Amino acid sequence: MQPRAILDSKQFSLTVQRLCHQLIENHTDFSNTVLIGVQPRGIYMANRIYSLLQKLGHANVPFGKLDITFYRDDFRVKGKPIEANETNIDFSIEGKRVVLIDDVLYTGRTIRSALDAILDFGRPDDVELLVLIDRRLHRHLPIEAKYVGKVVDSVSTEKVKVDWKETDGKDSVWILGEPKVTA
Amino acid sequence: MSALSQKHLIGIKYLQKSDIELIFQTAQQFKDVLQRPIKKVPSLRDITIANLFFEDSTRTRISFELAEKRLSADTINFSASGSSVKKGETLLDTVNNILAMKVDMVVMRHSSSGAPLFLSKHINANIINAGDGTHEHPTQGLLDAFSMLEKFGSLKGLNVLIIGDIKHSRVANSNIQLLLKMGANVKLCGPPTLVPKHIEELGVTVELNLKKALEWCDVANVLRIQLERMDIKFVPSLREYSLFYGVNKTLLDSIKKPITIMHPGPINRGVELSSDAADSSQSIILQQVENGVAVRMAALYLLAGRA
Repeated sequence: MQPRAILDSKQFSLTVQRLCHQLIENHTDFSNTVLIGVQPRGIYMANRIYSLLQKLGHANVPFGKLDITFYRDDFRVKGKPIEANETNIDFSIEGKRVVLIDDVLYTGRTIRSALDAILDFGRPDDVELLVLIDRRLHRHLPIEAKYVGKVVDSVSTEKVKVDWKETDGKDSVWILGEPKVTA
Repeated sequence: MSALSQKHLIGIKYLQKSDIELIFQTAQQFKDVLQRPIKKVPSLRDITIANLFFEDSTRTRISFELAEKRLSADTINFSASGSSVKKGETLLDTVNNILAMKVDMVVMRHSSSGAPLFLSKHINANIINAGDGTHEHPTQGLLDAFSMLEKFGSLKGLNVLIIGDIKHSRVANSNIQLLLKMGANVKLCGPPTLVPKHIEELGVTVELNLKKALEWCDVANVLRIQLERMDIKFVPSLREYSLFYGVNKTLLDSIKKPITIMHPGPINRGVELSSDAADSSQSIILQQVENGVAVRMAALYLLAGRA
């Protein structure tokens, strides 16, 4: 089956804009808010949100990168250790409102690990989750995003691929693979 | 996604360049973890590690234990003194008994060269060599090179001088192998009795005059005189050794460029290294110790992932 487009670059940009406005609605002046992107691909999404917020007059929102490699629960299950990325959170998150940002929410296990990792940096007031794509049918854990770019109903044999202007030349989201349903 | 090519860390000899780069890259991430308020990650919470020290150690042992705890592993400690080894139990029996209690990894120091290699052929657990006789001390080699990398940005083309008791030094052996693999230039300096013959065949050079050797290098790794491994006299006296091969501040000041001083510890102050040189701003001895924990965390983490 051909890859199907879910978002083209125009819809992509509208979606990111909407997410930013939703954030502004809930956080007003961002005085106590920090943004944290999840490595590796959540960083692209977090970068977009961060720079658009800046354009909308909310400069200097603290922005960190979180790597969850050492917190994963599938270490030694997948057979190979996963290469670690940089974690860069040079501010305290004690008492802050944390907006956790990732590209695709799928099983929820990455976010579970990220929550563990965040708590090692202090006790935030609250943690919200922002994702570009929510594959809501495959959750392994009771984790939901507060800000969702687009909900995608897909089966597990399919793959959702997010292309970024920075690495792939164009912003877009695709579904790849066969929609086989196993009995 | 990448993984080590080896299941055990017996020596630098068995590692590929990509393995070493992966360990350094992972160690850098763990070093960042160690700067956080909570210096601990849950990666190895399902792993039990036995630290078997058949030979005395302070730094290496504490460093390994700390690295294991920072990774949330369970640890058991064993030292030969006060154990059944004294009653005549063989190495393999001792280790098999410990492994029967469901231990996943073994960190071992032993006074016999080759003991970890022997063990790796008989047991299933991952083995990390924490120093075997006069053979290798891979994690020391890794942390030394990691410290140089941190200071200079690259190992390629770096001029590294290793001074002292090369013959009895597992640290020298691991350092030489690793530095050559990473493209550094290595020169050895020490009394002729303590520099093995034909060692040039490894790809190193030898210079017997300390001042000349120091003028050549960017980094000087000063080794300890290992009196406990010398059953005959290799040097007439420690005073004479110190006179010809001891590094001190006056000597360092007489050289035009600032040389970085390293030492694997424990230092015989006033013998191979004087106090004013060891405590000077040129010395990165304590950074080596700091990096040791991160490098060992990386080795443990990557080996555990190979299981």
